[in-house]
Amino acid sequence: MSTEVKEIKKTSEPLFSKKNRKLLSDPLNDSNPITVQVLGICSALAITVQVQQAVIMSLSVLFVMIGGNVIVSLLRNRIPDRIRIIVQLVIIAALVIIVNEVLKAFLPDISEKLSVFVGLIITNCIIMGRLEAFALGNKPGPSFLDAIGNAMGYAWILVAVAVVREIIGSGAISLPGMGQVKFIPSSWFIAEGGLYENNNLFILPPMALVVVGIIIWIQRSRNTKLIEEN
Amino acid sequence: MKAIHNLISKVKPNFEEGGKLSRFWVVFDSLETFAFTPGHTTSKGAHIRDSIDMKRTMMMVILAMVPALLFGTWNAGHQYYLSIGEITTLDGLGTMFWEKIGIGAQKVLPIVAVSYGVGLGIEFIFAGIRKHSINEGFLVSGMLIPLIMPVDVPLWMLAVAVAFAVIIGKEVFGGTGMNIINVALTARAFMFFAYPKQMSGEIWIHQGETAAIDGYSGATALGELANTVGKAAGSTEVTGIMSNFSLDGVYSMSNAFFGLIPGSIGETSALAILLGGAILLFTGIGSWRIMLSFLIGGLAMGAIFNLAGANAFMEVNPVHQIIIGGFMFGMVFMATDPVTAAQTNTGKLIYGFFGGFFSIMIRVFNPAYPEGVMMAILFMNVMAPMIDHYVIASNIKRREKRMKLQTA
Repeated sequence: MSTEVKEIKKTSEPLFSKKNRKLLSDPLNDSNPITVQVLGICSALAITVQVQQAVIMSLSVLFVMIGGNVIVSLLRNRIPDRIRIIVQLVIIAALVIIVNEVLKAFLPDISEKLSVFVGLIITNCIIMGRLEAFALGNKPGPSFLDAIGNAMGYAWILVAVAVVREIIGSGAISLPGMGQVKFIPSSWFIAEGGLYENNNLFILPPMALVVVGIIIWIQRSRNTKLIEEN
Repeated sequence: MKAIHNLISKVKPNFEEGGKLSRFWVVFDSLETFAFTPGHTTSKGAHIRDSIDMKRTMMMVILAMVPALLFGTWNAGHQYYLSIGEITTLDGLGTMFWEKIGIGAQKVLPIVAVSYGVGLGIEFIFAGIRKHSINEGFLVSGMLIPLIMPVDVPLWMLAVAVAFAVIIGKEVFGGTGMNIINVALTARAFMFFAYPKQMSGEIWIHQGETAAIDGYSGATALGELANTVGKAAGSTEVTGIMSNFSLDGVYSMSNAFFGLIPGSIGETSALAILLGGAILLFTGIGSWRIMLSFLIGGLAMGAIFNLAGANAFMEVNPVHQIIIGGFMFGMVFMATDPVTAAQTNTGKLIYGFFGGFFSIMIRVFNPAYPEGVMMAILFMNVMAPMIDHYVIASNIKRREKRMKLQTA
C-alpha cells in the first residue's frame, strides 16, 4: 500500500492537510460508523464477548477497508456506473477471503470463534458505505485515510464494548497471543464460598446492544453537536 | 403532624433558591410532598379535581401489596423451619408463629431496604442532574422488586439488578411514566439472565447453616413441573413429581392457594395477592379489564393444554396452573402497571388476554424459563403501543364508515 501513498504525495495537496486529517479524526467521534451512523451493528453485537475476538475482527475490517477503499479509488474512473456495486462486492469478497484464509492458517482458535462473522465482513455496511460514499469520488490517498479513520472508529467501539463485556461477563481479559487471563481470584466466587459471581447477561448478545447504547448516551451528552433539534 | 409541619416550614428556606442547601431541593421537595399535599394548586383550568394525586395512588398500591409482603415474611420462616425439620406439615400453621416472622423479617427487611435504597438513590441523582422533582414511580417498583425475589438472594446482586432496572429500564427513556417496560420485571429479568445459578433450583427458601432434612425440596412448583418435561408419562420420576401436586401433596391446590409453598417472597399466596387485587379494584387503581382478561387468557391456554395433554405439565388443571408460580402476582401487580400496559379499553382486553395466554404457554413449552409470566408481561409491554395503535385505527375506520352511511 505504500506505493499508492507515494503517488499521491506528488499531487499538489499534501496527504496530511487539515481536510485530510479530518477524514481520520471524524469517524472516531462525530461521525462514528457504529454510534452515529449505526452501521455494522450486527458484528458489534456478535463478536464482542472477548477482547481478542474484537481486536482480530477490527484488524480484519481495517485490512479489508483499506484494501477496498484504495482499490476502488484507483479504479473509480474505469468502473461502469451500472455495475459498480457488483465490482465493489468482488473486490471486498476477494479481500475477505484472503483475511479468512490467513486467520485459518495462523489463528485457528480465533478463526473458529469468529466463525461466519469474518465472511460476513462482505456485508458489513460500513465498508460498502465508504466505498460508495467516498472511494468512488476521491483519490486513493484520501480514500486510504478515510478507510483508516472509519475502521478505527469501528474498532474502538468494538474493543470498548468487548472490554466491558469480558470484564463483567467472564471476569477476565484476553488479548491476541495472550489467551484469556482471569484476574478475579477464584476464592471470591460463590461456588468457592465467596460472594462474587460473573454476570451472565453480559455474555448474551442483548447486553452488547445495551453497552453500545450506553456509549451512545455518554457520547451524546458530551458531544452536543450530535443532539438533534426538535 | 403539627410537629412535622413546623419542622418542614422551619427548614424550608434553606432549600429554596439561594439557600445553603438549595442543591438538595429535590430531596426536600419530595419529602415535603410525601408528607403533605402540596400547597400550590393549578391556577388555570384543571380538568380533574380529585384528592387522589400520584403519591396517594402509589401509596394505595403499596397498601395492596402489604398482605403479600406480610404473608411472604411469614412463609419464609415457615419454609425455613419445614426444611430443617423443626416442624412438619402436620403441625398447625400457628406453631412458632413469631419465630417464623422473626426469621422471615431478618431476610425480607434487608431486601426491601436495599431495593429502596439503591433505587431511590439513583432517582435522586437523576432528578438532581435533570433538575426535575423526584417522581413517585419508584415507590411502587421498590416494593414490587423484593416481592419477586427469592428470599436468599445475595444483596449485592439485588442492588445491581435494581440499578440496572432503574437506569436502563426507566431513566434512559426519560424517567417515571416514560418507560416502555415494567421496571420491577426488568430487575427480575436481569437477575434471571445475569445470575441464573442464583435464580433456579433449590434457592427459594432461606436455608441458613443447618442442612435440609431428607425429602425436603426447596424447588418451586414450576421448577418441579419443568423437570417432568421430556420424560415419559407414567415413568416413576414423573409420577413421583406429580404426586406432589395431588390433593395431599406439597403443591396441592389448597397449599398453592394459601401460599404454603416455596417461591419468591410475595408470589406464593394467591389469597394474599387476591386481597391486594381487591383493594386495587375497589379503589379503581388497577384495571379490571386487564386482570379479568389476563385470568381468562391463562385459563384458556391451560384448558387448551389439557385438551392436548402431551405431557404431565400440560395435564395440570388450569385453575391449579394459574395459582402456582408468579401468574397471580403478575396479573394483579405487574400487568396492570398503568404506564406500560395498553391504554385503550379494548386494547387492555387484548393485552391482558395475550399476557395470560403466553404466560402459561412459555412456562409449559420452555422448561428453561419456568417463570413464563415475567417473559409474557415484558413481551406484552413491548406490544402494548402497537395494540393501542390498531385499536385506535380500527375505531377511526368504524366511525368513518358510520359517517359515510349517514351522509349517503
